[in-house]
Amino acid sequence: MHRSIRVSATVKQPMGTKYKSRHWAIDAFRRLRRSPIAMAGLFLFACFIVMVIFAPWIAPYDAVEMRIPDRLQPPSPAHLFGTDDFGRDIFSRVVWGSRLAIRLGVLSVLISAGGGILLGLIAGYYGGQIDNILSRLLEIIMALPDMLFAITIIAILGPSLDNLVVALGFLNWPGFMRMTRGSVLSAMQNEYVEAARAIGVPSRRLMLRHILPNVAAPVIILSASRFGGALLAGSGLSFIGLGVPIPQPEWGAIMATGREYMASAWWITVFPGVMIALVVLGVNLLADGLRDALDPRLKN
Amino acid sequence: MARYIARRLFYSIFVIFGVSVIVFLTLQLVPGDPAIALVGENASPQVIAQIRTELGLDQPLPVQYWRWLERFLHGSLGKSIRTHRDVITEILDRLPYTMVLALSAVFLSTTLGILMGVFAAINRGRLGDYLTMGFAIVGLSVPGFWIALLMIMFFALYLRLLPVMGAASWQNLIMPAIALSLHSAAQKARVTRASMLEVLGQDYVRTARAKGLSERTTLFRHALKNALIPVTTMIGLQFGHLMGGAVIMEQIFAWPGIGRLALQSVQGRDFPVIQGTVLFAAVIFLLSNLVVDIVYASLDPRIRYS
Repeated sequence: MHRSIRVSATVKQPMGTKYKSRHWAIDAFRRLRRSPIAMAGLFLFACFIVMVIFAPWIAPYDAVEMRIPDRLQPPSPAHLFGTDDFGRDIFSRVVWGSRLAIRLGVLSVLISAGGGILLGLIAGYYGGQIDNILSRLLEIIMALPDMLFAITIIAILGPSLDNLVVALGFLNWPGFMRMTRGSVLSAMQNEYVEAARAIGVPSRRLMLRHILPNVAAPVIILSASRFGGALLAGSGLSFIGLGVPIPQPEWGAIMATGREYMASAWWITVFPGVMIALVVLGVNLLADGLRDALDPRLKN
Repeated sequence: MARYIARRLFYSIFVIFGVSVIVFLTLQLVPGDPAIALVGENASPQVIAQIRTELGLDQPLPVQYWRWLERFLHGSLGKSIRTHRDVITEILDRLPYTMVLALSAVFLSTTLGILMGVFAAINRGRLGDYLTMGFAIVGLSVPGFWIALLMIMFFALYLRLLPVMGAASWQNLIMPAIALSLHSAAQKARVTRASMLEVLGQDYVRTARAKGLSERTTLFRHALKNALIPVTTMIGLQFGHLMGGAVIMEQIFAWPGIGRLALQSVQGRDFPVIQGTVLFAAVIFLLSNLVVDIVYASLDPRIRYS
């Protein structure tokens, strides 16, 4: 019973659809599969995941072990992406770096989405004074200059992947809170919420079972694009030495060594950048596709 | 209108107050005792205790905050540990550079973004639309600092056309401005296209066409004007952001702006300057948003400012 109510409330069937929908997620996936853009994004992202899982098998060399005789080799069959100033294989470093990238993206999005959804749910559901206070807090965080604040936090806590995650997670929750709050406010206008409240469904259950599902679609889309944003910001910070420290194969950190050899060894800078661009492009395309698939009302 | 401005100003002051609390609390996380940092590890406990009293470090946190705020309200952001100059002079010295860079990037990205967005909207569903939007999503996904590095390799190191470092001439501005504007040009192109398509579906556009106005007049006089409202917000946000310094770009091109100052201070653990730049950037960010909102409210009669 809950399910049928939820379906009619979250996804309006586009006119002339041939199939009967069972669940909004299945429904959305069918639409996603028809979108070439989303499929291209999914393909890029799937390649990235394969790289993350099978890194030890894909990477031909160790990511940090130095081999000075091989230093600054241009790309060749032995070293697909060339080697750096310590003779480390760039291709292997890039492959291993995917594990750092996914940890950075997933963890920072989990922190900001978790905090933002919780606060947005509370602000939207209770309204009044609580909403007022939380919304002011949100404005304060949004006024913080994010790059400057991020480098301040990392300068204090010290450069490491975990501190980078903390800094980016902390700075990104306002977006999730604002979106959740908005979705909650509009969901509460629905008659079924009023009905559930009228028959005495307790607050917590009302929030989790009847209101939260409305937030799912926008949050998934925002998470995808924030994942890409975290990779861009994180690699940028690592590049200036305030992210993942250098011997680790973080993509931005690899580029930082490449910077010293830009005139002679372009491959150190070029390949990690291509990697970041492809992964972020993948999640951005996926986010665009999801937006169309999960919210058919937006597609005119 | 005056009341609207007054209310917004009041809110902004409240937000600045909040930002100052967060900045103050963040700097409490700095490991180590500032008194020991000042006189050295080998100083006697009496001297350290005396310094602590002088600096007010023996007071409870709220009292320390209040003193800090008092100094801040008197216009003093303290002195730099590295250069011993006033923090505010350090910031004001860098301000013109940051301003020039921010204005160029905003100008470039707005022009390019709107042109691309309008072009895509007019050619909706055709090759031109796909190409422009494809370019836009690639622009959103590529790291800006990587583009900056590629530009340095090509234009400076290979062609030897442009200077790499510093701010000696206008030529130094070209690469950082382009690299900075790429991402937001892509964003603006997407927003312009979406809002243009929405506006083109409105009744008044149909009316304009029905009464026989040329396509050009309809598009530019009736549709574009309304479609640009969301882009205006983005301009304000972007300008506010960039005025806080484009940390990575300024670092790559050794552009002596506020972002570079902040990074140098972070590396030198010069916390008075760091806190100064964060507060300064927050103030500028709020002011530029305030200005955009006021411009908005006076341009668009539909926005109520009660």
